Amino acid sequence: MPREFKFPDIGEGITEAELLRWYVQEGDQVQENQNLAEIETDKAVADLPSPYTGTVSRLHYQPGDRFPVGAALVTFTDGEEEPARPTAGERAPEDRRAVAEEAQARPRESGGVQVLATPATRRRARELGVDLTAVRGTGPAGRITDEDVERDAREGAPQPAATVGEPATAEVGQVPERAAQVAPTRSPLPDFAQWGPVERVALSATRRQIALKMTQALFTAPHAAALDEADITELELYRQRAQELVQDRGIHLTLLPFVMKAAVAGLKQFPSLNATLDEARQELVLKKYYHLGVAVDTERGLIVPVIRDVDRKSLIALAAELGGVVSRTRAGKAHLAELRGGSFTLTNAGAVGGHTFISIINYPEVAILGMGRAQEKPVVRDGHIAVRTLLPLSMSFDHRVVDGAYAVRFLNHVIALLEDPVRLQVEA
Amino acid sequence: MVVGEIERDAQVVVIGGGPGGYAAAFRAADLGKEVVLVEAADALGGECLHHGCIPSKALLTATHLLDQIAAARVMGIRAERVSIDAQALSQWKGGVIDQLAKGLEQLAERRGVEVIHGKATFSGSRRLRISDGSVGALTFEQAIIATGSRPMDVPGIERDSELVMTSREALMLQDVPERLLVIGGGYIGLELGSVYARLGSRVTVVEMTAQLLPGIDRDLVQVVQRALRQHAVEIHLRAKVTGLKTEGGRVHVQVEREQGEALALEADRVLIAVGRRPNTETLGLEQTRIVRDPRGFIQVDRQRRTAEPRIYAVGDVTGEPMLAHKAAREGKVAAEAIAGEPVAFDNVTVPAVVFTEPEIAFCGLSEEEAKAAGQAVKVGKFPFRALGRALTLNRTEGFVKVIADAERNVILGVRMVGPGVSDLIGEAVLALEMGAQLEDLTVSIHPHPTLSEALAEAAEAAQQRAIHIYQTQVRA
Repeated sequence: MPREFKFPDIGEGITEAELLRWYVQEGDQVQENQNLAEIETDKAVADLPSPYTGTVSRLHYQPGDRFPVGAALVTFTDGEEEPARPTAGERAPEDRRAVAEEAQARPRESGGVQVLATPATRRRARELGVDLTAVRGTGPAGRITDEDVERDAREGAPQPAATVGEPATAEVGQVPERAAQVAPTRSPLPDFAQWGPVERVALSATRRQIALKMTQALFTAPHAAALDEADITELELYRQRAQELVQDRGIHLTLLPFVMKAAVAGLKQFPSLNATLDEARQELVLKKYYHLGVAVDTERGLIVPVIRDVDRKSLIALAAELGGVVSRTRAGKAHLAELRGGSFTLTNAGAVGGHTFISIINYPEVAILGMGRAQEKPVVRDGHIAVRTLLPLSMSFDHRVVDGAYAVRFLNHVIALLEDPVRLQVEA
Repeated sequence: MVVGEIERDAQVVVIGGGPGGYAAAFRAADLGKEVVLVEAADALGGECLHHGCIPSKALLTATHLLDQIAAARVMGIRAERVSIDAQALSQWKGGVIDQLAKGLEQLAERRGVEVIHGKATFSGSRRLRISDGSVGALTFEQAIIATGSRPMDVPGIERDSELVMTSREALMLQDVPERLLVIGGGYIGLELGSVYARLGSRVTVVEMTAQLLPGIDRDLVQVVQRALRQHAVEIHLRAKVTGLKTEGGRVHVQVEREQGEALALEADRVLIAVGRRPNTETLGLEQTRIVRDPRGFIQVDRQRRTAEPRIYAVGDVTGEPMLAHKAAREGKVAAEAIAGEPVAFDNVTVPAVVFTEPEIAFCGLSEEEAKAAGQAVKVGKFPFRALGRALTLNRTEGFVKVIADAERNVILGVRMVGPGVSDLIGEAVLALEMGAQLEDLTVSIHPHPTLSEALAEAAEAAQQRAIHIYQTQVRA
């Protein structure tokens, strides 16, 4: 009996992927777990292993094609008998709603996951495309209420992930699945060709995801920004000396670990910036952990891996970890776990020579700290002109949560630490 | 296409007008679809209305009354010669069926559902051939298969005589045989066996497994078995029928018991009630991509869609439990899915009822099932003999049992055997669907004196807080 391999839901809001190439041909005999194809899922490339042993009778897509979660990719014949399952034929779930159906609680009598939710709430979950098995219920005995479902739909709790070859995906923090709803309505576009030649380029999966995320972040949090510069002349000397000491360990010590430490010290004094606003419950979720997202520019676009427990790691440990994480992220091999759980984000446009820029907050965090390129500049010190190295800093923050004064005080604290390496050492 | 064949379009075609089919058709019509309902029989209602649920309940009610009148002696009611006119009973039953069938017809008409009487077979994934005298073809956008099921035969036993009946013939009540042999001790065999026993037949039940009502909790079955024995129903368990022969107006049946012991039984009529099989062989499903399992059940997803995206299946054809209320819910799910609503068959439980007297009703998990799933459970049991209303009804047999998760007190299952429990189980189903805890049942005030209190008391018993029975208190 022919069997189909359908593109599974691997979580993190991934709804489709692009086929890069097949590793097998029609007619090939394959073993279970043998890689069938290379695909691009959002910001990462992954291999798809075969769930069956059997003969490939049909490959349903060509390299370059895009397909949604649930689409039949390969048809197999013969091979091991699988226990009969209800099939959905060629129907490919177009939207998250259908994906959520499959993950929903099955009747308890058949031994399904025991999820407590009234029939009305189950329906609401289906309407919003929410997977009940991943929602935390706040009702009695952990029952999931309508409010729980609605909150989840807004924030987008993590999906149960399924393995797809290497666990490489790319999704940052809690990605809103309904971000499309947040975009404002637009008027139709004119035909640009009337004014000159144009070329149309399809947006990659990564680009589309970034577009959704940025739109949601900007249209949810009223953004304000605080900008300043830190005199890192002393810090630079310190850094260079430290770099010499760890040269033989192959560790590249940049400014970033210092800024991370200073930021965390600041966050401990100004905890509202290491938080999330829970609108549904009108509560500020203060995080007692310090996981910093570090924005990495890759070929595919912006990806933000997270370094955990920055407060508990030494500068050198951070530098070493950063090196590995950044190169893995650029290669598209960041692990799913590395891309989630951040409480605050740092972004370094200075790496490509930028000075000041207003970032968009990494929703649902409260603030994002950007650093520009450090430059030598003339400044006035004690009445004289001196040449100092200045590091531009710009922080965007959610004005619903903190006011300008709070944000500026945080930044001042960070700057104070960056301007005094000994103090940074002592406090951070 | 044959010359003279009429080709038509339809938005939604429902094949089968039973509880699954007509629920789907009516719901689809209410949601704005143009519906054509194809029914092979002369009237709507399916097996349930014409040869199942309705006639059997009518007969069970009437014959149970006979028992009640006899038992009412203790209340001072003197009824020396109570007799039953089987003909009149049959006619009344027929009247009930006609009335309901007519009602369905009117409902279909008012909704603009077109009813075609004929047999439908698929000639492709979007086409049906209808044989209703004039052969016609119907192209549809969506279709719902609701063709139901039919009684299974005992392998190797031919049903070539009038004296060997299935439930269909048994319900026609042509006469009351002196001796009735029932092959199959499931709910159909026992319900019909009860009817005939009360009407005066000497009933023997032959069941292949180790208990009557296989699959149902032993302690529930025991109460019913006791009652059956009071009607002198002879029961043979672990017994298999190996041969059957009709001769001289009697039926001779060979039965093999465990350890190879052979038994020769004789009866005036035999009722074969060994299960049912789905009506999916002659639908032309090979012309579609629909997948069936080895027993003929159609595989469907949570919206009741088959492997053919435009075709849905509901009711007995999709598998166990083969019950009308499951069919009805599936029918509505399919209709709503067709209308694009975010619906799914995600019910926590499908309840079941056995209409013997006393009745059995249950939903959710049994104690054994919950434990097998690794759950620590609390169980509360309340006997009807401790309930005021039961005594005033002169019906004190049976009990209600509530099974809950020991940690969170969430109700996992309810088991009932006793008077009127078929009407009490609905509350338990709601409790399970809502994820109710014991407290939710016990705090809710159940009116007194009613049978419904038994459910609340059983829940209280699970909390070690029952009033009308004494429990040795467990102090945590």
